[in-house]
Formats: sequence, structure tokens, C-alpha cells
Amino acid sequence: MSNFKIFIKGITDVSPLMIPVVPFGLIFGVFSTDLGFSPIMTMGMSIIIFGGASQIIFLQLISGGASSLVILSSVGAVNSRHLLYGAVMSEHLSDLKLTWKIIISYFLVDQAFASSNNFFKKYNNNNKYFHLLGGGVTCWTIWQTTTFLGIILGSFIPEKLGLSFAVPLTFLALLIDDFRKIINVIVIVTSGLIATLGFQIIPYKAYVIVAAISGLIMAFILTKFFKKNYE
Amino acid sequence: MSNVDLIIYCGLITFFTRFSMIALLKKEMFNDRIREVLSYVPSAIFPAIIFPAIFLDNVGSILIEDNPKILAAFIAMIVGILTRNIIATIFSGLASYWILIFVV
Repeated sequence: MSNFKIFIKGITDVSPLMIPVVPFGLIFGVFSTDLGFSPIMTMGMSIIIFGGASQIIFLQLISGGASSLVILSSVGAVNSRHLLYGAVMSEHLSDLKLTWKIIISYFLVDQAFASSNNFFKKYNNNNKYFHLLGGGVTCWTIWQTTTFLGIILGSFIPEKLGLSFAVPLTFLALLIDDFRKIINVIVIVTSGLIATLGFQIIPYKAYVIVAAISGLIMAFILTKFFKKNYE
Repeated sequence: MSNVDLIIYCGLITFFTRFSMIALLKKEMFNDRIREVLSYVPSAIFPAIIFPAIFLDNVGSILIEDNPKILAAFIAMIVGILTRNIIATIFSGLASYWILIFVV
């Protein structure tokens, strides 16, 4: 297949995954506007950070008055899931030139990863990275457009509607597959309880980090325990 | 640090976690055990956003009684488990919330 065809295939393959991104982007735009961020700052976040979960954590902590260190480490924690993809992606992309690696890294969001990872299992030519580029550019376009629409919506949607409640709902929706697995449910409840109970007690608004680390420790223990049961 | 600086730093952190996985990481760097635990990162982090947003009021105190967000989130979760549809989950939660605050 030609580079262009693969690029287009990247776009069509990732498209179904864009459906949940649309409300997420809108909600981010509305939420950011509600918190008093200017349209330029809000667009700036979507262009510079370009990661939904990172941007929402950023907004929540900055509006709660968290320190820079806490904000940066929380965003780092949110991004740590990307390290997981690395183990998978690096083998496919190790031959690329540095410039391409830099470009692709910017576009490598969850949805693009998920769609191209499937494609790479079936297609193994040198130009396969155009698939990832097609998917990434699609995600980028949808994310910027919906952020922009969210900014517009946010400027005239009354605060009374409580649209900020859509933020936890969006994250809840991202976990729906995990509610069926017992270890995930325990991890979810652990992290959620610690974040809620620790919100006022844990200093420097570090509750996100503390909750996340507790959740991961719980996952570490439980996966070990459940494995032993199988053996 | 100004907000603009912070946005740029967060952008760099996000970029470099993505970049490091392409440029630096080799498959062998992670054993199955670490990979397994890393797969729980969303389950460990997202609740730290979800729970406080549902159970805490504007000033950060726990609010259980007279809190429509709890029931709305519960309905959204049930819809999510049954349909496995992200959009349906979000909108059922929002719709329940609006019904609870405006109608009931």
C-alpha cells in the first residue's frame, strides 16, 4: 500500500474511536471556560498538552490552588500509562528517523495507539507508521475542534446546568470495561475513597498522586495474590 | 510559575512520556509483571477525579445526603456496565442529574 493509502486507512480505522472523544473535548472546553480560562489559554492547553486526562487534571488542580510541583507530578502520573504502550510500540517504530519519532510522539494518544497497534499486527511494511500518523492527526483535529466548540458552548451555557458534572461522568465512562473485573473494582474503590477522604487532609492537593499510588500498590498486591490462586 | 509556564511544562511531560516510549524504551525493559501493574493505571488514577467530583461539595466537604450526583453517577455506571457505550454512560448520567435537580 502507498503511504497515502495507509494514512487514509489510519484515519478510517481510528474514526469509530472518535465518538467518545467528541463529548470529552466539548466538556473540556466548557469546563475550562467555566473556570475562567480565556479561549486562547484553553486552546493553548489542547494544542500544547494534547491529552484529555492530563488537561482535566491540570484544570482541576490549578483551580484548586495546587502547587506547581503537585500539578506536574500529577500530570506525570496520568501519563505514566503511556509507558505501557512504549513496550509495544518501540519495536514497530525503532527504525524511524528521529524527526519522525518526534512528530509521531506528539500525536500518540490512546485512541491512535489502540487503532494502530491492531493494524501493526497485520501489516508489517516500512511505511506502516503512516497509519499512526493518520490516526493521530484525526485525533488532533477532533480534539482541537471540539475544544473550540466547547469554549463557545461554555460561554453561553448557564452554570446552573452543572455541566462540570460531565467531567467525572466522562472518566467514569472510560472505566466501564473495568467495572466487570474484580481487581479493577477494588483498585477503583481504593483510589476513589483515598482521594475523597484525603481531599482535605492530604496536603498540597497531592490527593490525586496519593490515591493513584495507593491504587497501584493495591493492584500490585492483588495481581500477585490472584496469580498465586491460579497456580 | 505562571499558568502559561505550567501548561508548557505539562505539555513537555506529556510529550516526553510518549516520546520515551518510542525512542528509549525497549520491549525487554518491562517484564510481564510491570506491564500487568501498569495496565491498572487508569483504574488507579481516574477514580481520583471521579469520586471527589461526586462526593464532595464546593468547599471540599463530604456530601452524602441530598446529593443528586451520587444517584446520577450510579445510574450512569449501571448504564455503562449494561451497554458498554461511552456516550450512553455520559448522557444517562447527565440526564438523570438534570431530572433530579430540575424535576424531582
